Amino acid sequence: MSFRDNPFGEVRLPLLLGAAAAAVVALLVAFALLMADRRQTYQAGASSALRRASDQVVAPVTGALAAPVRWMGGVGQGITGYFFAVSENRRLKSELAVARTWREKAGTLEDENARYRALLGLSLDPPAPMVTARAVSESRGPYANTRLINAGSERGVKVGHPVLTENGLAGRVIGVSPRISRMLMLTDAASRTPVMIQRTRARAILTGDGGWAPELSYLRGRDAAKEGDLVLTSGDGGVLPRGFAVGRVVRGADGGWRVRLATDAAPIDYVRIVLFEDFVKLEDLRALSRPSPPPPPTPVSALAVQKPKPAQAKPDQAKPTQAKPTPAKPGKAKPVQAKPNQAKPAPPPAAQPAPAREPAA
Amino acid sequence: MTAVARPLRLSRWVVAPLLAGLALSLVLATPIHVLGLPLPEPVTLMVPAFAWGVIRPALAPAFALLLGGLALDVLWGAPSGLWAISLLAGYLPVLAIRNVLAGQSNLVLGAWYAVSCLVAQGVGWLIAAGVTGSPPALVATGLQWLSTVLLFPFAVWLIARFRDADVRFR
Repeated sequence: MSFRDNPFGEVRLPLLLGAAAAAVVALLVAFALLMADRRQTYQAGASSALRRASDQVVAPVTGALAAPVRWMGGVGQGITGYFFAVSENRRLKSELAVARTWREKAGTLEDENARYRALLGLSLDPPAPMVTARAVSESRGPYANTRLINAGSERGVKVGHPVLTENGLAGRVIGVSPRISRMLMLTDAASRTPVMIQRTRARAILTGDGGWAPELSYLRGRDAAKEGDLVLTSGDGGVLPRGFAVGRVVRGADGGWRVRLATDAAPIDYVRIVLFEDFVKLEDLRALSRPSPPPPPTPVSALAVQKPKPAQAKPDQAKPTQAKPTPAKPGKAKPVQAKPNQAKPAPPPAAQPAPAREPAA
Repeated sequence: MTAVARPLRLSRWVVAPLLAGLALSLVLATPIHVLGLPLPEPVTLMVPAFAWGVIRPALAPAFALLLGGLALDVLWGAPSGLWAISLLAGYLPVLAIRNVLAGQSNLVLGAWYAVSCLVAQGVGWLIAAGVTGSPPALVATGLQWLSTVLLFPFAVWLIARFRDADVRFR
């Protein structure tokens, strides 16, 4: 019997119905998976093992695919740097002159802050170590904005750790495997970040929507924000440390306040993962009271640039916290540890700038 | 039996396009910028989803879209099932009107492809809004839809390649 004699025309309707039925079954399966999945339990969900395994496979592949482009970009930057070296040198010199002024001011403010903290007995978050990693894969769609980074639990990364670029906060870790982590970008529709406007201290929730500028939700108060205001993490809730730069306030097309992210200034390539532990959730709260190791000594070249004022120094100003020690708690004794710049004589009161209203972001 | 008369193998018209679409998505997930712009992120599996509906009704494409959608969810970090549902939502209308699409020009097919992508994107938007509690940005959604629509020539090629490949469905 030839194919032409076979009445396949009669089985087209059942085939169509069969295909439709298969699609409906597949839809039901997908819907059941959607209901079973919770993005909040990315790490502990039923599909977590599959996700972690796929992340481990995807990361090296996209990393290898991106390598030639990175090399080409490096060559291009080298050529550009060669031809524009003179103008860049001029620009850097002028920036350096400004930065030197700021460094002196920062040193003064740091001393002043340390004294105030010691006087007030403020207990700050312990310093958090960081891990540097590289983004090896990204999704930029409207429904998911995540990246894979090539550092995982083997290097101490945990779910919830904030991820920074050289420009500011980029997101936080939502999934970890031994060598790869997945970070949720601030722009993701599931991202919620407690922030504050630096100028007014107004609190808000930075709500991602898959677009380029997340929205400032729950912003209260008159004139709480204006165009160009700096937005920082507020530290509320203890999920993120306070003071990370997030971006600048802009007016959205819908009339609401949005934030142009600081990380948009450059492509996100290398990132730093802050191994930040929410101190509220620490099992051993005494860890907060243990003194941290002394900071590394300031390089001699840096000290040489500073302008000591020995003639204006007073013995009690040189080490103010020793003259009036804080209550005997090792953790609160941290600010009085001898730092090179703390031992520097304080400038006369008239020369001191106004107290900083905001810790450096 | 000649090559033309041989029944179409599943690996040629379902598995190969599925893997090609996933491979393209994997490549486009590379974190690189070209001329200062990031790579687009089209829903590559909408190409086979549309073409399979036009080529012929069968059981395999639905399950291929389920698997492909779940793979996209894992690759992009989306909620499990989001893209599977979206792709199937784009595939089902095409399957329903495949008799209307038969013999149409590429222009008409392109218009229906754009509508199919819009349905898939809209369903994805609704799911994402429901799961996250905030509606995704329409501009970003529209850009992804546009980049997906621009893949229509691949769907035309796939349809032309396999529509008449099986003599039983001529």
